[in-house]
Amino acid sequence: MIGCSAGGLGALKPLLRALTPPLPLPVIVCSHSAEPGTGLLVPLLARHARLPVREARERWPVEAGIIHLAPPGYHLLIERDRCFAYSVDEPVHYSRPSIDVLFESAADAYGAGLAGVMLTGASPDGAQGLARIRQAGGLAIVQDPADALAPTMPQAALDQAGADHCLPLARIAPLLNELAHCA
Amino acid sequence: MDRIDPALEDIELELFVRALRQRHGYDFGHYAPASLRRRVRQLVQTHGTGTISALTGRLLHEPEFVFTVIEGLSVPVSDMFRDPPVFRALREQVLPLLASWPRINIWQAGCASGQEVYSLAILLEEEGLYERCQIYATDFNPAALRRAQEGIYPARAAQAWSRNYLEAGGRHSLADYYSARYEFIKLDQRLRRNVSFANHNLVTDKVFCEAQLVLCRNVLIYFANPLQDRVLGLFRDSLVRGGFLCLGLRESLEFAPSGADFTALDANLRIYRRNVFTAPDGKA
Ligand SMILES: C[S@@+](CC[C@H](N)C(=O)[O-])C[C@H]1O[C@@H](n2cnc3c(N)ncnc32)[C@H](O)[C@@H]1O
Repeated sequence: MIGCSAGGLGALKPLLRALTPPLPLPVIVCSHSAEPGTGLLVPLLARHARLPVREARERWPVEAGIIHLAPPGYHLLIERDRCFAYSVDEPVHYSRPSIDVLFESAADAYGAGLAGVMLTGASPDGAQGLARIRQAGGLAIVQDPADALAPTMPQAALDQAGADHCLPLARIAPLLNELAHCA
Repeated sequence: MDRIDPALEDIELELFVRALRQRHGYDFGHYAPASLRRRVRQLVQTHGTGTISALTGRLLHEPEFVFTVIEGLSVPVSDMFRDPPVFRALREQVLPLLASWPRINIWQAGCASGQEVYSLAILLEEEGLYERCQIYATDFNPAALRRAQEGIYPARAAQAWSRNYLEAGGRHSLADYYSARYEFIKLDQRLRRNVSFANHNLVTDKVFCEAQLVLCRNVLIYFANPLQDRVLGLFRDSLVRGGFLCLGLRESLEFAPSGADFTALDANLRIYRRNVFTAPDGKA
């Protein structure tokens, strides 16, 4: 479960490229670059990732080994039965999709079996969601603000949620690969 | 940081939903749970009740509180000409076909604060069909319906809505249809001379008109599959044969058996027609 905003594309490309197939877990990405009018995110990231990249489909199950992207203009949520749900609730911190909304519902659905990753971004969105993930027993991984193009988001996450791992970008994918294979 | 006990919260949520149904007749039992849970948590936060149970207490003991709850759960978020390509397709593909009926009934279900009602009315005016139309605009949120009747919206939305209007093939300027005052715009009230606003709950209320077009966007998204199916059945039974159904851009018929009673006119834009050969009870 990955959230990012400003500078997120630059961070997502190398991160997703470094995730090695076959990955026995699903990856879900909520990027604020998925605001309306930019339906190009899927093909863009697909060129960089070694795993298949798809837009999360409303009501369809979350699938392992696939990178699911939140849709532009809608909030993405995970139901307890681990299917995707959409909503058009108000934007959160001016964003729809919102990382808070995704992370909070994912924490409900996955409990301790979840890692939330916060990357670069210029918004406080996601911090509360990450706190929720930790409360539910999940793992919080935050990009070191010093290493982030826009430090606001990872810093807000550290302040509000704390982190189990605070790492430079280059070390996040290896950690995820490792976690996936010992989950 | 409070720890959340999911099992406890589930019980509280269930009791809350039950109180709302048994005491007030609003049934949220078949809404998509993740989103509903989020809205209820927001109500707890807004009203500082601390727990869902305390919210339930207020719901049971304060007669007026139910309207606050409905307003909180209903998500009356909307825009004028949201998804302009859809409104362009309505204008260019659907309205010319609707024109073959001498009287045109349109049901806009889940009209929220009316943004889409005025959008549709403008389309009909510009295509010369308005005088033949009766629009039923319904929602189950009385506060939203009141706002819809007033047609007053924050002025800061006007710019994006004007852009949408033009992208949807608008023939004039959206500003021709509203007057701006301070921070607000007010839509021309002549646009609602053939509009009836009414309270209608898609979960519990029945068919009430025979419609040539049903517009229901971004409402089914909040319903779990069985309720989606019921409501699609309601739309089918309201529509004349060959009548049109327009859903939200990310909604689909694929999880509901009633979906089989419709055929796509434009699948990408979620515009469908009721099949000619289905009995009203859905059996072909
Ligand atoms: C997100 S808004 C959609 C507004 C508009 N159609 C649009 O797409 O911009 C959803 C609306 O559905 C209404 N709604 C939800 N459940 C309903 C029900 N059971 N019966 C009638 N309306 C309902 C809500 O009150 C809200 O106004």
